[in-house]
Amino acid sequence: MSRKKFSSRFSGIRNRGINPQGFHTSQIKFYFFLLPLVIFMLLPIIFIFSHAFKPPDELFAYPPRFFVVNPTFKNFTDLFAKLSSSGIPVSRYLFNSVVITIVTIGASILVSTAAAYALSKKRFKLKKALFAINTVALMFVPIAVTIPRFLIIEKLNLMNTFLVHILPGLALPVGLFLLKQFIDGIPDEVVEAAQIDGASDVGIYWRIILPMIKPAIATIAILTFQATWNNADISTLYINSESLKTFAFYLTTLTTTTAGANAVAGQGIAAAASLIMFLPNLIIFILLQSQVMSTMSHSGLK
Amino acid sequence: MTAKTSEQTILLQQKSSWDWPFGKALKKWVEKESGAYAFLSMYALMFIIFIVVPVLVAFFLSFTFFDTIQFPKFNGLRNYIVLLTQDEIFMRYVLPNTIKFAVIVGPGGYILSFLLAWILAQLPKAPRTVLALILYSPSMTSGVAMAVVWKTLFSGDQNGYLNSILLGMSVIQEPIQWLQSPQYLMTIMIIVTLWSSMGVGFLAMLAGILEINPELYEAGSLDGISNRFQEIIHITIPSMKPQMLFGAVMSIVATFQAGAIGVTLSGGNPTPQYAGQLIVNHIEDFGFLRYEMGYAAAVSVALLLMVLLFSRLANRLFGSED
Repeated sequence: MSRKKFSSRFSGIRNRGINPQGFHTSQIKFYFFLLPLVIFMLLPIIFIFSHAFKPPDELFAYPPRFFVVNPTFKNFTDLFAKLSSSGIPVSRYLFNSVVITIVTIGASILVSTAAAYALSKKRFKLKKALFAINTVALMFVPIAVTIPRFLIIEKLNLMNTFLVHILPGLALPVGLFLLKQFIDGIPDEVVEAAQIDGASDVGIYWRIILPMIKPAIATIAILTFQATWNNADISTLYINSESLKTFAFYLTTLTTTTAGANAVAGQGIAAAASLIMFLPNLIIFILLQSQVMSTMSHSGLK
Repeated sequence: MTAKTSEQTILLQQKSSWDWPFGKALKKWVEKESGAYAFLSMYALMFIIFIVVPVLVAFFLSFTFFDTIQFPKFNGLRNYIVLLTQDEIFMRYVLPNTIKFAVIVGPGGYILSFLLAWILAQLPKAPRTVLALILYSPSMTSGVAMAVVWKTLFSGDQNGYLNSILLGMSVIQEPIQWLQSPQYLMTIMIIVTLWSSMGVGFLAMLAGILEINPELYEAGSLDGISNRFQEIIHITIPSMKPQMLFGAVMSIVATFQAGAIGVTLSGGNPTPQYAGQLIVNHIEDFGFLRYEMGYAAAVSVALLLMVLLFSRLANRLFGSED
């Protein structure tokens, strides 16, 4: 078979195959299948947006309306005007959440990249065993050990402190796992060359490894963000003082207590709060999604 | 002068190694391995405090009677025996519910995320990115934010969206208490969990499919692979086994973690007539509502064992042989 014949015969396969360059009529069937599903997945998200801007008469309209007709910011002003039962303004919860999330992301990136660097590029006896233990911990279901965790946090005098929001989130087995797999992709020669040039361990970690694993760091940042920003359990279990609780916790009080979501005034406020909870997740993911995808290609378990 | 100094050093070295017989080995270890442990130390510390120790404590507590006030009393295997023989709620509702939930949501969500990842990989980059983002976005919503949305959609009065639609089409004559009636709660829990199941595992599978070398498909077609289904079975899945396994483990963990959804939806623990009661709710019920921490710990250990068992099973199915 001549070369030309070969390519003409198989160019068709290339067009139909994985990761095509452009549109092809054969793709229509996929859109046909995807669209209903995508709409199903999207409806609740649209609902969060639409609901948050509804004025009271639309929130309780009969028959109920899905889309907002006369959007208003009233729910948001209500939300911020409302003081919680103990007299703490919502802005305080929001401030706590923002600070806790930023500190946790920063600390967890440092802690897990350092560990991943050691597990991937350093040589030591327990290396394989430690990575295996971390892989088993991927299967760890936090809720199963809520009680012992509670006892330990009590014993360590971490109850009612700012630290209890941050420390438990730092050991993220999925994060260490993804980072280690990603650093494995950096050739050993790069590290060896730096060693010959006299770079110290810390120097190699800081100036070579960290800049090369930016996509993986972005992924860890997103995962930590989602876990921390959305976490209401820590405030519920370990914090008594109102001024140390988070926005996610405040939202639970709106949605679970009878004075919250079920009351007429509460529903609009809860809708606005849901949007404020959801939006940062979405924005950060959109900004960093290409990094996430390049990390995920290293994500396999062997 | 120089001779003297070197003599001194030799003396010193002899002295130090005589003082501490492991000196040399220790020094060698410090040179070779301590750096690695220094880098690991912070993570290891958090990992031990918040993951390893709690698991060990749970294991220990599961053999005791513990009401949070008195010191735990050793109880032997009593908790496990009670769990297996006397806990009627566990055997009649919690275990069947958990198995039903896990069997539908686990493999269902997993197959769905592979299928969607595969279809997305057949599309050009721009639409693929947008659609993947939409499919992933439910995983970003927290349980609490979701409760607002789903509770409104399934609200039990005629103002609920689903009731309103069905009333409008005259399918039903009067509003149904979706979230309070035992026959619907489980189905709704499954729908909501499937909806939010395109998580990290889905992204990993999508990336895995895109990474496969296109020449493999060309080689496959020369070897007589003629349709897409054969292509998936013989090329796609074998080439991305590591990602398939990662996705499977993540999906197993997510399935067992999603247990809180029933309580969030119905607004109370226990759920109406235990219809949506899962192991996670059972642990909370005994641990934090009845303060039988020892018993709750035994249930926790059972849950961890179940997750490990299923992950093992996934390993058998997708693990590579090396």
